[in-house]
Amino acid sequence: MPRWGMIIDLDKCTACQACTVACLAENNVPFAGPEETSMGRAILWHEVIGGIEGEYPDLWATFIPRPCMHCDNPPCIKVCPVGATYRREDGLVMQDYDQCIGCRMCIVACPYEVRYFNWRNPQWPEPMDQYLNPDQGPPQPTGGRGGPDVRPRGVVEKCTFCVHRLEKAERKAQQEYREMSEQELTLLPACNQTCPASARYFGDLDNPKSTVSRLARGARAFRLLEDLGTEPKVIYLKEGR
Amino acid sequence: MARVIAEQDMILLQPIMRTGLRFYLLVAALLAVITWGFSTYYRQLTEGLWVTGLNRPVVWGLYIINFVFFIGISYAGTLTSAVLRVTQAEWRRPITRVAEAITLFALLLGASQVIIDLGRPDRMIKLITHGRLQSPLLWDVGTLAMYMLGSLTYLYLPLIPDVAILRDHLGTQVPAWRRRLYQILSLGWQGNAEQRRRLEKGINIMAVFIIPVAVLAHAVVSWIFGMTLRPMWHSTILGPYFLLGAIFSGTATLVIAMTIMRQVLHLEAYITIKQYNYLGLLLLVMSLFWFYFTGAEYLTTFYGDLPDEMTVLLSKLVGEFSWPFWAMILCNFVVPVSILIWKRGRGVVGTFISGVAINIGMWLERFTIVVPTLTRPRLTFYGIGIYRPTLTEWGLFASSAAMFVLLLALFLKLFPAVSIWEVEEGREIVAAKQAVASIAASSEGPVR
Ligand code: SF4
Ligand code: SF4
Repeated sequence: MPRWGMIIDLDKCTACQACTVACLAENNVPFAGPEETSMGRAILWHEVIGGIEGEYPDLWATFIPRPCMHCDNPPCIKVCPVGATYRREDGLVMQDYDQCIGCRMCIVACPYEVRYFNWRNPQWPEPMDQYLNPDQGPPQPTGGRGGPDVRPRGVVEKCTFCVHRLEKAERKAQQEYREMSEQELTLLPACNQTCPASARYFGDLDNPKSTVSRLARGARAFRLLEDLGTEPKVIYLKEGR
Repeated sequence: MARVIAEQDMILLQPIMRTGLRFYLLVAALLAVITWGFSTYYRQLTEGLWVTGLNRPVVWGLYIINFVFFIGISYAGTLTSAVLRVTQAEWRRPITRVAEAITLFALLLGASQVIIDLGRPDRMIKLITHGRLQSPLLWDVGTLAMYMLGSLTYLYLPLIPDVAILRDHLGTQVPAWRRRLYQILSLGWQGNAEQRRRLEKGINIMAVFIIPVAVLAHAVVSWIFGMTLRPMWHSTILGPYFLLGAIFSGTATLVIAMTIMRQVLHLEAYITIKQYNYLGLLLLVMSLFWFYFTGAEYLTTFYGDLPDEMTVLLSKLVGEFSWPFWAMILCNFVVPVSILIWKRGRGVVGTFISGVAINIGMWLERFTIVVPTLTRPRLTFYGIGIYRPTLTEWGLFASSAAMFVLLLALFLKLFPAVSIWEVEEGREIVAAKQAVASIAASSEGPVR
């Protein structure tokens, strides 16, 4: 069983936000509009966070593309009262839209703030509502919806590592009696595929020969809020600052 | 055998037999506020939680604050009925009834706050059908259900003899449906020795049962915060702090309710300066404890100087939350202590003012626990969150408070405000003691 993880090379990243946009389109993320966005209601499964750090004259800029970390020890799952968020065997942390009761306890528990609540019914301006991604997420254990399926109001959603694309590619490789190639895997999530700087990798962290596991063991590797013990599976690369 | 009721206690039946215009006006006003609340809730149900001021990262707001607030108030009954009963404090007798009623109604409203807060209240049933035990939210569901059941029993048991009194005394002065109600609720109570023995036993068992349940319930409420990794929430003090806060605000609410009751229903003969003195002392002690707990927590955080914790702490001490923070210190510590420390201050007026101040202060305390932490995510790159509650949230707060008052008012309309038989029993005990004392005095020797 693989353990899917992502590498983001901050030394290559130009903070162009192409990943953020690709994610919005791929996963049918509803539009918030300027007013709701200014109130902090925008949904961004993937976001580039960062800013200026240090004190004058010793200043530097940090940009961190931030999907869900798909923690190996996820605090979000622990607190969910109904099992609407759960960890799959391959390490993906999933969200079941038909099971969630909207208590928002998981949002409070996630130290990376990657979870989003649907404050209202999803909306798209014309003609964007014509171009929704018809792909469907994998069926949930309760028979509910997950992945890019359009979410109803009142439930929580978050990055899935593009689970629907992953499963499609897995099925295809199986039918063709082959393993997925490194290249294929790295370009699997929509954010990775779009990245013009080729700063992102995706693959099996448990496979010692894979690019991701090799990079994860490198000297430049670090993870966000590592001291919290959440064991995130998104690993960043950075040389000094 | 119909129970006889002392002539002097007839005043307790007055409000049940006669209803004045004032009562109808009160009910009408409360219903107006409640209707407004329901209309705003209907809008929230149909349009989603965006009608509130909640956002990311402040995903919890007034609803959760009010949840903690109402659950905190519920400690009133547990304290007077269970703790004071177990410790055999005689002065509790006239105020047990109202305290137990406060407990039940506050719990009902507290629990409804969580439902108001849910994004999908229509899926609430999943908490039972798919509940997962490791979630602190499920601990809440479990303990609160137990607490509610316990306090309902606790309200009902000591009510039985009084309902029997109503059944036997009111006759045709009340409408038929109420006669039937009393008939059913009195469970054929005749007041004979066997029934009394069983009642006492039941009450005693419940007293011992409900204290740990209440302690657990108040701690569990705190753990929906304490079990997360958020700065200034992830602390072991939160459980005891919430319990202490519950005793504090529960007692304060009891003082407010019994003062209003005393004025409106003319219960000066029952609720005397003695009750005020004792409750005032209790509030004084709790206020000092509260200050100590708060100080201990804040000093530890301050001295440790961890950056994540410090940003939250500073936002309370000197930042945008300094208003509620220092107002809280004023209401919970400065005002009550400077009034209640004097014997003269522990009268009706002084204790009442302290009670009001403490209730405001304890609401602010919950605010300064819930909101500042949420505005300061650990990943500082996110910036600072802002939370401005909307009219919907205030409306639901107002109507929840109105609902609480309404339930209490209706309850006092149907049942005696003071537990008649318990007061009676208190008098018997005093009489017996006096008799013993006079025998002892006349025989000039120890009585065996
Ligand atoms: S990053 Fe947050 S939402 Fe994602 S798995 Fe970790 S705790 Fe859960
Ligand atoms: S908001 Fe949904 S997923 Fe999150 S803890 Fe509540 S029920 Fe679980």
